[in-house]
Amino acid sequence: MTASTAAVRTGASKRASRGLWHDAFSRLMRNKPALVGLGLIAFFVICAILAPVIAPYDPAPAGQTAFARHAPDLTHIMGTDKQGWDEYTRILYGARISLTVGVVAVLFGLIGGTLIGAIAGGAGGMVDSILMRVTDILLAVPGILLAIGIVAWLGQGQIQIMLAVGIAYSPMFARLLRGSLLALRESDYVMAARSMGASPRRILVRHMLPNALTPLIVQATLAAATAIIDVAGLGFLGLGPGDPRVAEWGEMLTDSKGFLQNAPWLIFFPGAAIVISAIGFNLLGDGLREALDPRLKR
Amino acid sequence: MLRFIVRRVLGAVPVLLGLSIILFLFLRLLPGGGPAEAILGQHATPELVAQINHTQGFDQPLYVQYFAYLGRLLHGDLGSSVIDGRSVVDTFLVRFPGTIELTIGALIFAVGIGIPLGRLAARHPNSWIDGIVTVISLFGISIPVFVLGYSMAFVFSVELHWLPQVGQLDPRLDIPVVTNFSVIDAILSGNWHIVDALAHLILPSIALGSIPLAVITRITRAAVIDVSNEDYVRTARAKGLTDSRVNDRHIMRNAWLPVTTVIGLQVGQLLAGAVLTETVFTWNGVGSWVVKSIQDHDFIVVQSLILIFAVIFLTVNLIVDVGYAFLNPRIRYS
Repeated sequence: MTASTAAVRTGASKRASRGLWHDAFSRLMRNKPALVGLGLIAFFVICAILAPVIAPYDPAPAGQTAFARHAPDLTHIMGTDKQGWDEYTRILYGARISLTVGVVAVLFGLIGGTLIGAIAGGAGGMVDSILMRVTDILLAVPGILLAIGIVAWLGQGQIQIMLAVGIAYSPMFARLLRGSLLALRESDYVMAARSMGASPRRILVRHMLPNALTPLIVQATLAAATAIIDVAGLGFLGLGPGDPRVAEWGEMLTDSKGFLQNAPWLIFFPGAAIVISAIGFNLLGDGLREALDPRLKR
Repeated sequence: MLRFIVRRVLGAVPVLLGLSIILFLFLRLLPGGGPAEAILGQHATPELVAQINHTQGFDQPLYVQYFAYLGRLLHGDLGSSVIDGRSVVDTFLVRFPGTIELTIGALIFAVGIGIPLGRLAARHPNSWIDGIVTVISLFGISIPVFVLGYSMAFVFSVELHWLPQVGQLDPRLDIPVVTNFSVIDAILSGNWHIVDALAHLILPSIALGSIPLAVITRITRAAVIDVSNEDYVRTARAKGLTDSRVNDRHIMRNAWLPVTTVIGLQVGQLLAGAVLTETVFTWNGVGSWVVKSIQDHDFIVVQSLILIFAVIFLTVNLIVDVGYAFLNPRIRYS
């Protein structure tokens, strides 16, 4: 090996050691909207974890403990709902259900979609065709309607909602990963790696997956925002966890829809919680997209 | 072009066949006993179950049932509601016009505001104007239709009394139903009742149109910025053409391509969004019917409605693809 190729090699490995993720992370940390998004998500996560500590009341006390639909004041800063339960307490506990169900639903979709996409994109041929026709079928039914149908079939409950939303989201991830893998297979650097004698496994793990995964990560973060909205939507339609004592933001909104005139705060506070958490994931998702693919930055 | 269309239509056939199998199994494999038990719920008695099993053919082998189901579908028979006994097709024809009106209203709102907003932001990238537009579109995609719907209903109906909160027409006006399109029926009845019909459309259209508004704004902004950086735009400016001429003839003509595609794709999403919007505004459309049928455990209707939505969705996507091929001579599908 000549001195010059050795120098090129060490130079290349130095740049590689800083790494895609390191670069992306430092770009993300300089992106103010993304940091705001991260902060909003962190805020709700802390609310969810600390709910039993910071909530002033029991989320669903047995027997009526306060006046129903009590306007916000110093004892109940967000008022009380139709059962006389403290709205602020239920928003805090609701963060546990709504965020967990939304995020886990996306994880289900991501896992299912990644498996389908990787098998289809990796195997090609007949397997690819069959799997893609299956995603076509799922994609033919608009998202929330598919989730509604699945919940109607599986019955109500948190696991059922996670599965329903996860199944509804999986074709999107499958398509995305398969598309990236197919495009990457023909890319110059994969061909270069192949011509240098790298094993197929090494090409897949070291070269293709890191690049194919970045759009998935971005899409999953953005999907978390829509999943929180969709989960709340299912709750709103009466397809939520099914137990009135469980605080879930969407179901809290349904409970209050008859009282728009007398108790508008029952719409406002859960609504704001959904909107702010969705904004958080949307900002973070956009920031991740710019951080992971700097060519997009204008 | 004709070959492309035929190929796309044929391509939809296996998708619909696959969906028909899934929907068939959806009804036959409902948890909690057989389909008759699931439909009857707490009212299930052995006699009623036997009766439904017999009339609906649930007592025959699965493959016989599936081909019978497929045969009925091909004859346009989508079954009947077990609640009111009316055929799905009949009720659909009565309710679909309401959903079409709502979809058109939402599209007019989303396109009418989204494109100017996107162009405005693109003309001043990274300025405070761009910032405001970005925040508006961020809100649009982050606010659920039911939250926006109720918030607007509270402000404009409950507090200000400017706009009606529920329904398509004021029942006191007693407008005869002719077409089931409330706006057209209102026009036919004369007496300026169209004002009432349009007033009922405003809040639901804005609520339903908020997500498409955000998406269209973003795409328009990105497309206009993209095209503005093209060489031919610089050439046009260098030739000394006026700003408005460059904008209309060079930038927008090319920026329309991605924008029209996205608008087309939003139509399918609007139909799904109608499920929530119609429930918020007690709108007599197909969306609120889906919800009602699920609450009533009227699974035959749910099954048929999912199929109908898929057919509409696939048709709209096909029209978008064909329209795109028409608009963009650079892409000819082989």
